[in-house]
Amino acid sequence: MSDIVRPARRPLADRLPVVRDLRRAVGLQRGMLIAGLVITAVFLLTALLAPLLAPYGFDQLRADGEAFGAQRPPSAEHLLGTTVGGYDVLSRVLWGAQTAVLVIVVAIVLSIIAGVLLGLVSGYLGGWLDRILVVVCDAIYAFPSLLLAIVMSIVISGGQSSLWGGLLAAAISITVVFIPQYFRVVRSEVVRVKSEAFVESARVLGAPSGRIMLRSVLPNATRTLPLIVTLNASEAILTLAGLGFLGFGIEPTAAAEWGYDLNKALSDVTSGIWWTSLFPGLAIVLAVLGITLVGESLNDLADPRLRGRRRAGVSSGAVAETSIAPAAAASTASGEDDHR
Amino acid sequence: MTDLPEPSGAAIAAPGGATPTAPSTRGGGGGLGRYIVVRALLIVPTVFILVTVVFFAMRATGDPITAALGGRLTPAQLQERIEAAGYDRPLLVQYIEYLGRVLTGDFGSTISDNRPVTEVLLTYGGATLELAFYALIVAFLVGIPLGLLAAARRDRPADAALRLFAILCYATPVFFAGLLLKLVFAVWLDLLPVAGRASTSTELQLAFLPDATGIYLIDAIRTGSSEAIADVLQHAVLPSIALGLLTAGVFLRLVRTNVIGTLAMDYVDAARSRGVSESRLVRTHAWRPALIPIITVIGLQIALLLGGAVLTETTFEWRGLGFQLAEYLQARDFVAVQGIVALLAVIVALTNFVVDVVAALIDPRVRY
Repeated sequence: MSDIVRPARRPLADRLPVVRDLRRAVGLQRGMLIAGLVITAVFLLTALLAPLLAPYGFDQLRADGEAFGAQRPPSAEHLLGTTVGGYDVLSRVLWGAQTAVLVIVVAIVLSIIAGVLLGLVSGYLGGWLDRILVVVCDAIYAFPSLLLAIVMSIVISGGQSSLWGGLLAAAISITVVFIPQYFRVVRSEVVRVKSEAFVESARVLGAPSGRIMLRSVLPNATRTLPLIVTLNASEAILTLAGLGFLGFGIEPTAAAEWGYDLNKALSDVTSGIWWTSLFPGLAIVLAVLGITLVGESLNDLADPRLRGRRRAGVSSGAVAETSIAPAAAASTASGEDDHR
Repeated sequence: MTDLPEPSGAAIAAPGGATPTAPSTRGGGGGLGRYIVVRALLIVPTVFILVTVVFFAMRATGDPITAALGGRLTPAQLQERIEAAGYDRPLLVQYIEYLGRVLTGDFGSTISDNRPVTEVLLTYGGATLELAFYALIVAFLVGIPLGLLAAARRDRPADAALRLFAILCYATPVFFAGLLLKLVFAVWLDLLPVAGRASTSTELQLAFLPDATGIYLIDAIRTGSSEAIADVLQHAVLPSIALGLLTAGVFLRLVRTNVIGTLAMDYVDAARSRGVSESRLVRTHAWRPALIPIITVIGLQIALLLGGAVLTETTFEWRGLGFQLAEYLQARDFVAVQGIVALLAVIVALTNFVVDVVAALIDPRVRY
């Protein structure tokens, strides 16, 4: 980010992704963005402060030598009741935020590194490597992501789940799902940027390919990344929960995971026990909602047709918007701040 | 799934305008026929890559027999079964043999209950197909009208509420939506059945039907019993809504965005300047072109639906491929998992092909 090859810089607030968008947004969009940022902040704070906020440990079954008891309705000792396994629901919901954030961060960092690197090399060098990578990534991208994550989690952990093993397995499974997205976006940007005059001049000056890629192409090919990161973060929570729900998550003694808790609550529902499923489920919905609101707003703000109303030169209307959430970034090129 | 619409026909050439009688098979830069052939050939590498990835991924953990039966047999017995199944040979040999068998439609036999995977697929595929179909209907019925409404009321409270609804559809995991629906409508209000595809008596009735399709609604209609039909439909309501809402949110956003796009186009401006009302603009001018992208997106949605079906089926004990997949996963039966996943890969590739062809039929600009 610090390497943009231009002497005249706009003020910092105009260049930071989210801050710039916040300043640019108006009306409803601004409201959505702010609401999303607030929910996301609460989610992150909960994750950070879970040890302080949670009344009990996520794997705690007894206090003062007395067992909590299973499926107890909400009460003064257990504000949100206890689960079928005898855990405190509130504590597990709060600790679950920490698990989710850890998995998201690991998954996104890994997939950015791998996806950007592959996209950069593939787009810049072209040729057979490029074609093969494109076909492979398209094939993986078309496949149901949850199934792919399941296959990967079997590979990584053999379906077993310990503390860090389970966390890492979940994160890496999600990473594999995300790599094609970063790959596609970065590659298409790189293909666009590499024919620009400044890249050609670097080549004429005799700069080595690696240097051109890192210094000239990469900084100009990453403008849609913040958007994909937010969209992926929400998808990561859902994939993690889906894995947990199908029994590929993390053991309850290793960490609290919302999807796992919902799986265990499946049979409770039939007997009318609502507190074991409602609260972990709401936690998932809120976390995803917050991050998605931020991502949606960024997406709209990056798209001149959707930003505000009737701004000058709205002429790109013929482009069909076929993107669904995660792929949205790919089609949001040709914005007004088009690469100066 | 394989019956393609005929590429010739007046209705298809009509959007081009001038010559509705001449089906375009050879245009300037490659016609529709060529496009279809090229696109069909692209299925092969896609399926090949996915089957390969899944094969090596599943084998990376060791041989399937140890995985499935590890604790239950003595090492000698295990060794014997591994050798009998040929899992002690080099991986590459097994891979080539596997590819050859897949080409002939043989996906192997499950380890846990020793059934041919193809049979499992045929038995349970219908249920998943049925669920996905209902879910798509729900998605259309909810997503498209609400998307049009949101576009017509752009930036007003109705639009804000609908956009929030769309995001909530996406943010709610299908299994949580399913649990809530179950809790409210099946347990508290006691209006609909809690789980399953039909009640036991209907299940029995359908089981004795000669050459049953596995698609319960069709089978129930064939029995001619209105009770059976009602029973089957009642069981389908909650799972279809749970799975359908996920896609409905996507459709809503898509319709909204595209209608807003077309509302800004010149011909709509022209209509507006003639005094056509805004709501009429949406109803008669802007919505039809905005639906084309939806067809493209359905292709992507199929993958999402299949992933969601695994979760929905587990939530509602809907005995389809997804439910079965989850069972086999629990049993560590990786031959079955590999077979089901490979078949789903084929389905996804085929639907994407069909969708691309349909999109090309509707919009000539796609054909290259």
